Amino acid sequence: MSAFVMPSLGADMEAGTLVEWRKKPGEDLRHGDILAVVETQKGAIEIEVFEDGLLEGYLADIGEKVPVGTPIAVIRHEGEEPGSGMPDLTPSDARPSLEADETASQAGIPAPPPPTPTVAPVPKSAKALHSGAKDRLKVSPAARRLADAAQLDLTMLIGSGPDGAIVLADVTAQIAERKRVPAQTAGISAASPDGDTDKMAGMRTAIAAAMQRSKREIPHYYLAHVADITAAEFFVADKNNGREPVDRILLGAVLMKAVASALKKYPEFNGHHTEAGFSPSKAVHLGVAINIRGGGLVAPAIHNAETRDIDSLMARMRDLVARVRAGRFRGSELSDPTITVSSLGDRGVETMFGVIYPPQVAIIGIGTPVERPFAKDGAVFARRTVNLTLSADHRVSDGHRGALFLSKIARLIEQPETL
Amino acid sequence: MTKEKIEMLLSTELGRIAPDIDMEDVDRGGDLREEFDIDSMDFLNLVTALSKALGLDMPEADYGKMGTFDDLLAYLEAKSA
Repeated sequence: MSAFVMPSLGADMEAGTLVEWRKKPGEDLRHGDILAVVETQKGAIEIEVFEDGLLEGYLADIGEKVPVGTPIAVIRHEGEEPGSGMPDLTPSDARPSLEADETASQAGIPAPPPPTPTVAPVPKSAKALHSGAKDRLKVSPAARRLADAAQLDLTMLIGSGPDGAIVLADVTAQIAERKRVPAQTAGISAASPDGDTDKMAGMRTAIAAAMQRSKREIPHYYLAHVADITAAEFFVADKNNGREPVDRILLGAVLMKAVASALKKYPEFNGHHTEAGFSPSKAVHLGVAINIRGGGLVAPAIHNAETRDIDSLMARMRDLVARVRAGRFRGSELSDPTITVSSLGDRGVETMFGVIYPPQVAIIGIGTPVERPFAKDGAVFARRTVNLTLSADHRVSDGHRGALFLSKIARLIEQPETL
Repeated sequence: MTKEKIEMLLSTELGRIAPDIDMEDVDRGGDLREEFDIDSMDFLNLVTALSKALGLDMPEADYGKMGTFDDLLAYLEAKSA
């Protein structure tokens, strides 16, 4: 038996309202099946299961607003007796970010691989540090008294005292953190997902929460570069020549491909930064920022973008945009892209610097293509160009590597036939 | 197909892509993408839908003839004639 929990569909999601069950108790479940539809600030989202089994029963009701990480259904695995060995359904008391990680792996999102020693020494999570060692926790008497009074679980804390002992300051910091989180939740729940206006308010609140967290926690640095897209535009026109509209590609697909390819040699821009440090991801789950008519945006992922060719990326982009416009996308697409690309398209301005979507560590901005004088090989030509930008997390990477990464993207765009 | 039918089809497809835009408020001689606030993906979807519905070849090289609502309508009429 295992508990299926309300997945985290992005760093800004605190809870989701169950609007529809797509499976009945007793029905078989296959990896990828849609179990339920959940209303969030980003609209109705289809929640998938990522294991095979049988739906034993529901743990939440339609209309119920369920916090992320809370079990909503029980799944029985092959060979198990009905009702045998119910899982421990106590919601995890881990901190939100740890919880999000667990949810991601439970939801079958390929969890970023464990950090390699070459990146940075990573502190063990509080849970790992203390698991099974509850009795041997080192806690100062003052800290223990305050924790008892505040009903705080000491095993959640990482001690900052000698030998990792938990001291008073650790407890006060945790209590302050706990106060901050409910305040945020209250702000979000004020916008109920009824009606367009409320939905929009919800979307704004969600964006505000994620962007505030980003600017509070992530020391951004910014780089910009110009790429000559003349060859890429010819490449696109050539590919589309004779193709039915349904099979045509856009320049955007070439740019996506260039980003996914460039990431191979620059893993420090692809992954998640959590309290445990940075975890690079082998797979590139490329977030594509898609604006929503009437306001707001979402950035769902094209999964395993590094394995796809340009046509496949284009097909995925088209499908994503269509479903975002229709307000139907899947939970796994929203939860945790490993990097995001935000493109202004044909009607915009030359340059855009993005704000990183936590827990990601980088965002690529693509400006509107413009024709400009461009010097090459000692002569000046009129060329079509785009301004590329990189906003990256200085905790994880430095400007030197960022510059190499961004110029690599530009070089790939300038040689589209190599992609 | 008559001009009226083509126009109705075009309005319907644009309404599907840009449901928040009122056809009454649109400048038919203005830039189509501006008037309907559509991006290159929306435009490609529009071309895909129109070419399918009318059974027309609408090559990328002709996009320049589809700059405004009126231009696009004239283009579709000429192609279907």
